[in-house]
Amino acid sequence: MDGKKTVTIYVEGKPHQVEEGKNLLDACLSLGYDIPYFCWHPAMHSVGACRQCAVKQFRDEKDTRGRIVMSCMTPAADGTRISINDPEAVKFRASVIEWLMTNHPHDCPVCDEGGECHLQDMTVMTGHSYRRFRSRKRTHRNQYLGPFVNHEMNRCIACYRCVRFYNDYAGGRDFGVFGAHNYVYFGRYKDGVLENEFSGNLVEVCPTGVFTDKTLKRHYTRKWDLQTAPSICVHCGLGCNTIPGERYGTLRRIRNRYNGEINGYFICDRGRYGYEFINNENRFRFPVRLERHGDGEKTGTFGSGEVIPHIKSILQRARGVIGIGSPRASLEANFALRRLVGKERFYQGTSAGEARIMADIVNILGNGPARTPSLRETESCDAVFVLGEDLTNTAPRMALALRQSVMQQPARLAAGMKIPRWDDKGFREAVQNNKGPLYIAHPHGTKLDDAAAAVFRGAPEDIARLGFAVANLLDDNAPGPVKDLPGEASSLAEEIARALENAEKPLVISGASLKTPALIHAAANIAFALVKKGKPACLSYAAPECNSMGLSLMGGAPMEDALKTVQAGEADTVIILENDILAGQMAPDQAEALLSARNVILIDHLPGRTSSMAGIILPASTFAEGSGTFINSEGRAQRFYKVFDPSGDIQESWRWLRDIMVDMAYPGASGWLTLDDIVSSLSAEIPGLRAVANAAPPEGFRMAGMKIPRQPHRYSGRTSMNAALNVHEPKPAEDHDSPLTFSMEGYAGQPPSPLIPRFWAPAWNSAQAVNKFQPEVNGPLRGGDPGVRLFEPKENALMDYFGKEIPQAFTPEKERLFAVPVYHIFGSEPLSSLSPAIAGRIPAPYIALRPEDAEKMRVPEGHVIELPPFGSLSVRIDGSLPEGLAGIPYGLPGLKDMELPAWINSPAAAKKGGQ
Amino acid sequence: MSEALRSIIIILSVIGGVMTIAAGLIWVERRLLALWQDRYGPNRVGAFGLLQVLADMIKVLTKEDWIPPFADKSVFFLTPAIIAITTLLTFAVIPFTSTILVADLNIGVLFFLAMSSLGVYSVTLAGWASASKYSLLGGLRAAAQMISYEVFMGLSLMGAVMLAGSFDLRVIVEAQRGLWYVVPQFAGFVIFFIAGVAETHRLPFDLPEAESELVAGYHSEYSGMKFGMFFVGEYIGITLISALITVLFFGGWLGPVLPPVVWFLIKTFFFIGFFILLRAALPRPRYDQLMALGWKVLLPVSLLNLAVTGGIMLAGR
Amino acid sequence: MLSVLKAIWAVLLHMFRPRVTVQYPEERPHIPPRWRGRIILSRDPDGEERCVACYLCAVACPVDCIALQATEDGHGRRYPEFFRINFSRCIFCGFCEEACPTYAIQLTTDFEMGEYVRQNLVYEKEHLLISGTGKYPGYNFYRVAGLSVKGKDKGQAENEEPPVDLKSLLPGRMESEQ
Repeated sequence: MDGKKTVTIYVEGKPHQVEEGKNLLDACLSLGYDIPYFCWHPAMHSVGACRQCAVKQFRDEKDTRGRIVMSCMTPAADGTRISINDPEAVKFRASVIEWLMTNHPHDCPVCDEGGECHLQDMTVMTGHSYRRFRSRKRTHRNQYLGPFVNHEMNRCIACYRCVRFYNDYAGGRDFGVFGAHNYVYFGRYKDGVLENEFSGNLVEVCPTGVFTDKTLKRHYTRKWDLQTAPSICVHCGLGCNTIPGERYGTLRRIRNRYNGEINGYFICDRGRYGYEFINNENRFRFPVRLERHGDGEKTGTFGSGEVIPHIKSILQRARGVIGIGSPRASLEANFALRRLVGKERFYQGTSAGEARIMADIVNILGNGPARTPSLRETESCDAVFVLGEDLTNTAPRMALALRQSVMQQPARLAAGMKIPRWDDKGFREAVQNNKGPLYIAHPHGTKLDDAAAAVFRGAPEDIARLGFAVANLLDDNAPGPVKDLPGEASSLAEEIARALENAEKPLVISGASLKTPALIHAAANIAFALVKKGKPACLSYAAPECNSMGLSLMGGAPMEDALKTVQAGEADTVIILENDILAGQMAPDQAEALLSARNVILIDHLPGRTSSMAGIILPASTFAEGSGTFINSEGRAQRFYKVFDPSGDIQESWRWLRDIMVDMAYPGASGWLTLDDIVSSLSAEIPGLRAVANAAPPEGFRMAGMKIPRQPHRYSGRTSMNAALNVHEPKPAEDHDSPLTFSMEGYAGQPPSPLIPRFWAPAWNSAQAVNKFQPEVNGPLRGGDPGVRLFEPKENALMDYFGKEIPQAFTPEKERLFAVPVYHIFGSEPLSSLSPAIAGRIPAPYIALRPEDAEKMRVPEGHVIELPPFGSLSVRIDGSLPEGLAGIPYGLPGLKDMELPAWINSPAAAKKGGQ
Repeated sequence: MSEALRSIIIILSVIGGVMTIAAGLIWVERRLLALWQDRYGPNRVGAFGLLQVLADMIKVLTKEDWIPPFADKSVFFLTPAIIAITTLLTFAVIPFTSTILVADLNIGVLFFLAMSSLGVYSVTLAGWASASKYSLLGGLRAAAQMISYEVFMGLSLMGAVMLAGSFDLRVIVEAQRGLWYVVPQFAGFVIFFIAGVAETHRLPFDLPEAESELVAGYHSEYSGMKFGMFFVGEYIGITLISALITVLFFGGWLGPVLPPVVWFLIKTFFFIGFFILLRAALPRPRYDQLMALGWKVLLPVSLLNLAVTGGIMLAGR
Repeated sequence: MLSVLKAIWAVLLHMFRPRVTVQYPEERPHIPPRWRGRIILSRDPDGEERCVACYLCAVACPVDCIALQATEDGHGRRYPEFFRINFSRCIFCGFCEEACPTYAIQLTTDFEMGEYVRQNLVYEKEHLLISGTGKYPGYNFYRVAGLSVKGKDKGQAENEEPPVDLKSLLPGRMESEQ
């Protein structure tokens, strides 16, 4: 308990050592006792509202009468004596739940929460089983809350967890509590979409079925029927841990998988609702051959076992083969491709700009002195400077962590008043609206601005200049001073420098989204300067894709070089791995040139712009249909596991590449039978990835001689689900890649943390069961949180400041605008955009213009203009943009892209041309 | 009609008759058991369920003839034939009437004893060749049980042999014209009957099969017609023992009014029925009880019977 | 020894006892109404499917022979998209009926389900659904549940107050009193 004082408390007369001042509910749950609760949440602490966690406290050994206290509101002091099983306390708790249940509807059979309902669990735990209350139940009308969350207000027990999460924790503003006394109502002021990016967590936060998963509702399945496996979110670079659930061959939902170091109890809506691309009916399920004769296009299929020999003959006849990797494919897939084509002919599958930025990031984090923090550490940082990253939209979970980090400095205020952090109401009363120093520098307004102490608006170059200025203020040796910095900016730079300098644990954040290397360097310089000052400075970079970090660690030239190789005639065959290169990574004309190579073989799971130009398409598995490893922006290697066995010929990309290599009698892949084989090859070959083999237990790992079942022990319908096709039951799928099995049989206890397929414990069917998997509530999982960190700050690491290139200040032009990419949590990531729920939240393509520019051009808000190469865009007026800048959404489906940021002709001029 | 042709006709009709009876017993036994257990038994296939036998035969003949891979194949293959052959051969010396008999051996009784000793090999080797623990246990039990009871069986007949003064079964029957030997040799009859049940390992002495303990004992691994041979062999055994009881103690074909062969069949079927009644009524003893009964009761009694018979004969001379 | 003879005699005398076998199918046995035979899905008194696809029968089934998928009509009423019972696995234990919160799934007195083709023992919803209420007349789950469905709005279920008027601060003010 890291230096904190421990005291002895007595529970049922038995002595226990707990941390002093902790609340008794937290302490007892950590000790393994079951106390029912509703309003308390490990991440949101106590308010003492529901009165459910009552226990009896005794003054001393002689006291036999005792008094009832709320365990969540009572600190553990030395010699505290409590009884959970005291008859009066038991009766008290039973009465509380009986009152809570007076208005609860008779809905369990038609309620999506049923079977994983905290209220059900607690009702059973308290022993309330018979309704004595004979009066009528109050009812409420429901609200439409958007495509993610279903509202069924009758079921509410008024624990206030939803508002505490949505407003206090996640910073939402469009949700609240209405009405009075028995009629309190939780919802929006009127029907409408919940605006917050974390609204999906209401589903897990709500102890009953008021808020349920609307996407799950369309293909509803109970928790006990879902086949699950530990997985990693693929929709941004943070690598949040998730639990996807499958039934009847389709993915049904994603749930948060607690990882104390990363996502903790919450994930963003993109991660939770982006899964449905897996169920897309256009998925490739069998190898396809696309032939073009003249102007006609013909789709052909392959007989069984034909495709690999066909590819073999192509590769043998080829004049040269190059491979294009992918930042969203697993390490194993990229490595297998690298083996097949050779290290020199393996290209990263990202643009030159992005590849260079990622290489810099890997270099800075791998060799520099600043520590790359986990999200939990991010929450504990007390001064933060964000340079050019709209975190809410590019790395949403990090934005939520920053909302907690701004409470760090005010927490000292509360600590001074002797208010413990767990006393949430008291804490918030004490800190009022005080916020810690969070500085955000970004070209346009971001949703996190409301939590910031100050914001800076400017072109990417200006943001970088601000960063260099801050670094120079912290350390004279850092490059600078920055010339011609406007007065406003230089005073802000001084304020930021002072705040970072005075913080106990400062954090600098930047990322690849603005594609500006100077930002990466400026952020690094600040962190280096802070480290030189002796601060335990942290440095975070948001990575664009789930495995950008892994791809960059593996190396390889960018795609532009691949084009050169093809155009030079050194290669006529291109193998593309899980990458839609036509959709944004490089200029469309360049991508088209690359795809006009003689043979194009694509390994991917969904049709995209690239697939229509490929000659052969091999169906690849998605994250839920295969196992592999991703490296997140923290530099943490994490394993994700196959959730279900896909239909058709779908298999992991590395297995396709392995099959090709084996058929060609290529020695490199002969021993690759299982995931462990390729992982050990890869960790042996690439020095930076040596630790990847330790990310999770190997296939041979067993608990008490058994594998770990993917299906819960109550999994139903086993002998009937396939009976319509054939009454003779098929052999279950086998898994040779992991210690998990596609069965309900196997080890029934708790597996090691990287292998936890679901959180369940006897009597704890809801998501709250995670308490039982932590030795200390809200701490790491038993045996440590999953994943291995690849970057640790080196002792006395010396890294020179970046500084030869302090950029020139941005100068607005008259005829042109500098367009910066505007990221959208829903829309900027291509896979999640295919999910119907997310698709409903994607904005129509637009161009954001300053009001002055719009007025000059005489285009009102909503006016549609033609702007090549983007197509038609509607005008959106954004007052937060600085002079000379425009914003264009990044990666929206249907929006023809060019690489941003870039200069574009002023839409007014374009308008004329367009009409 | 030449002598040779006559012999061939008799041989064929004896084999045919015995096989028919043995097969028919499948139906008879099930019907009788049902009768004594307040049921109907097979009554669906044909009139009174008579075609059940045919159905069973079709089933047993068309079943997969499976030899376990771990078995001693040649021995496994041979044993079912041994039991059928040895029991059938014994019928060669059975006098159905004074004229209908295959071979009038003057050592008929000894031939029967010799053949029944050979029958032990079938069961014991079947248990051994199957190489399964249940079969082996069944085979071991069978060996001990059959060798033990053979002793008393032989001894119990000796009374009848002494009274008739011959080992020739036809002579023994002729000697009973005045009085059936069941009266002077009552003890001999009882012992022979009990030993006969044990020799055919019928209930209650079916310890070598003992389905509640040993699955199916020595023929656990057998299926198809090989199992069928054991099955039929058992019924031939019942018929044989019943026929011998008739010959040795109940005056064979002797009887008024009806033709001799009818008398023989009536008496034989009575004992067959009694065999089945035993199965319906009695539970299986423990293995040690079986051996104790043999060596501690039947052996002294049969010896005493011999001594008394001999004494009376000496005294009466 | 005597006991053995007595036993043989006693068994022999059974020859003259009447036989207890019921000669089915010529003679029909008596089937009690709570017999656990072929499973059916019933309808509520309004003629709507009673099954709300809660999956409780499936999870109660010890041989896992029930598989279904829940879906919803446009008005919030839950029903099974498909409902399949593999009778070649069913052991007629009746746990599904006990687990059913809506009296939808019921076991009947029909036991004559023999088939020559095992595939024919797989029953889909069209084979299971009957047109009546089965053993339990009168019960209608949606009349007591809080969920609103077509023909039953919020607050119209048994023992329910009309929906709360949120705009009022007066105690106990309901929508209907506006």
